[in-house]
Amino acid sequence: MIEVRSLSKNYKMKSQEFTAIRDVNLTIQDGDCFGIIGMSGAGKSTLVRCLNLLEKPSSGSILIDGKDITHYQGKELLALRRSMGMIFQKFNLLMQRTILENVMLPMEICGVKKETRRKRAAELLDLVGLGDQADKYPVQLSGGQQQRVSIARALANDPRVLLCDEPTSALDSLTTNTILKLLRDINRKMGVTVVIITHEISVVEKICNRMAVIDGSVIVEQGDVNDIINAPTQEITKKLLGRVNWDA
Amino acid sequence: MWTTITEFVDRYHQLLLDGIRDTLVMTITSFFFAYVLGLFLGVLLVISKPHGIRPNRACNVIVGWIVNIGRAIPFIILMISIMPLTKAIMGTKLGVKGAIFPLIVSAAPFVARMVETSLSEIDAGVIEASQAMGATTWQIIRKVYLPESLPSLILGGSVSFVTIFAYTTMAGAVGAGGLGDIAIRYGYNRYEADVLWVTVVLLILLVEIAQAIFNWLSRKTDRRIRR
Repeated sequence: MIEVRSLSKNYKMKSQEFTAIRDVNLTIQDGDCFGIIGMSGAGKSTLVRCLNLLEKPSSGSILIDGKDITHYQGKELLALRRSMGMIFQKFNLLMQRTILENVMLPMEICGVKKETRRKRAAELLDLVGLGDQADKYPVQLSGGQQQRVSIARALANDPRVLLCDEPTSALDSLTTNTILKLLRDINRKMGVTVVIITHEISVVEKICNRMAVIDGSVIVEQGDVNDIINAPTQEITKKLLGRVNWDA
Repeated sequence: MWTTITEFVDRYHQLLLDGIRDTLVMTITSFFFAYVLGLFLGVLLVISKPHGIRPNRACNVIVGWIVNIGRAIPFIILMISIMPLTKAIMGTKLGVKGAIFPLIVSAAPFVARMVETSLSEIDAGVIEASQAMGATTWQIIRKVYLPESLPSLILGGSVSFVTIFAYTTMAGAVGAGGLGDIAIRYGYNRYEADVLWVTVVLLILLVEIAQAIFNWLSRKTDRRIRR
């Protein structure tokens, strides 16, 4: 279980203070597929980066299974990050490695033996449907295929949590569906908790069971996806749902 | 015409071959050590930046100063001013041996800036992804920064190599040997224009060959090129 308590993050831009997220409270249960939705600049990317401390929160705390990880450093921090997988909008694959070698990288980092990691990486590529492309380089693959590789890479060390930062925003709608189906299977069949950042309500509708809406650096609404979609209480949620009154 | 050429070859071939050998020994040896030192400094510059993987203001400023000072002093001035140090370290301040030390000192800061540029070309997202995997600073340098920028490092290496090559001809002016030395002694001091021009052609040829090798290596290692 991930509990976010009164979390804030401020940046200093020259002399100006800038708030990315303010007083965020969230609870993500084990096995959840948790969607965080908001417009660009709402602070959702900062929020997900706080969960594995790529961003250091300014105040508040993050508890994972009751343990406060907010001030983890050194070995503890590395161990925390190694227990989580992360995928990105732009895939962020290593361009000079084959896709098999890309999937092996997180295992190299954790010191897994060469034979074991080669075998495991091949299995993961099979899982995402790219088993026959193992020796290709990222530049030879389509965007959707590259995102599959990055998902395989994120699963390499058997993470309990998979953080997804706009995983389908660079993909067309058909490819988006296949990636979402893959993420749903990972969540339901493998029991990995998925946290997904997006600006598209359809992503949340298709695969998430719980959601939070972030607007202007604060969480304005959170709960079960069905409840919120059927009865949104906030203007921004209605907008994101596409329920716009054009004449207003 | 033909007899002029054979006479020229008879008279100067040994001199020119020795010159090529000296120039190559100076360039390749200095390049190797300058590259190792410059790579180290360049990596330090990149990782210690404010948004680098190991931000450290003091380290960044100090290495930045060292590199800027080294870059600001023209090679020929640097060579003369560190002569006592060269003699202490190399045992002589003359000849090929005496030229290598100042060449390394002068070229390493140049290499450091080239390395910094190459490493900075890597997408910040790729570095972020490796941090998210829980990679240590050293793992990110060894498994991401260096291999991902290899084609660019090789191209930067070619610029550094040719720069050192050009420096060796200046070292020739103060008795270091090599093609630069021959061009000045025969062409300038003794007005033997034919030797001067042959030397110039040899210098151009050597640079062309070196550049072609570096270009080939860079292309060969770059996996971003579709084949």
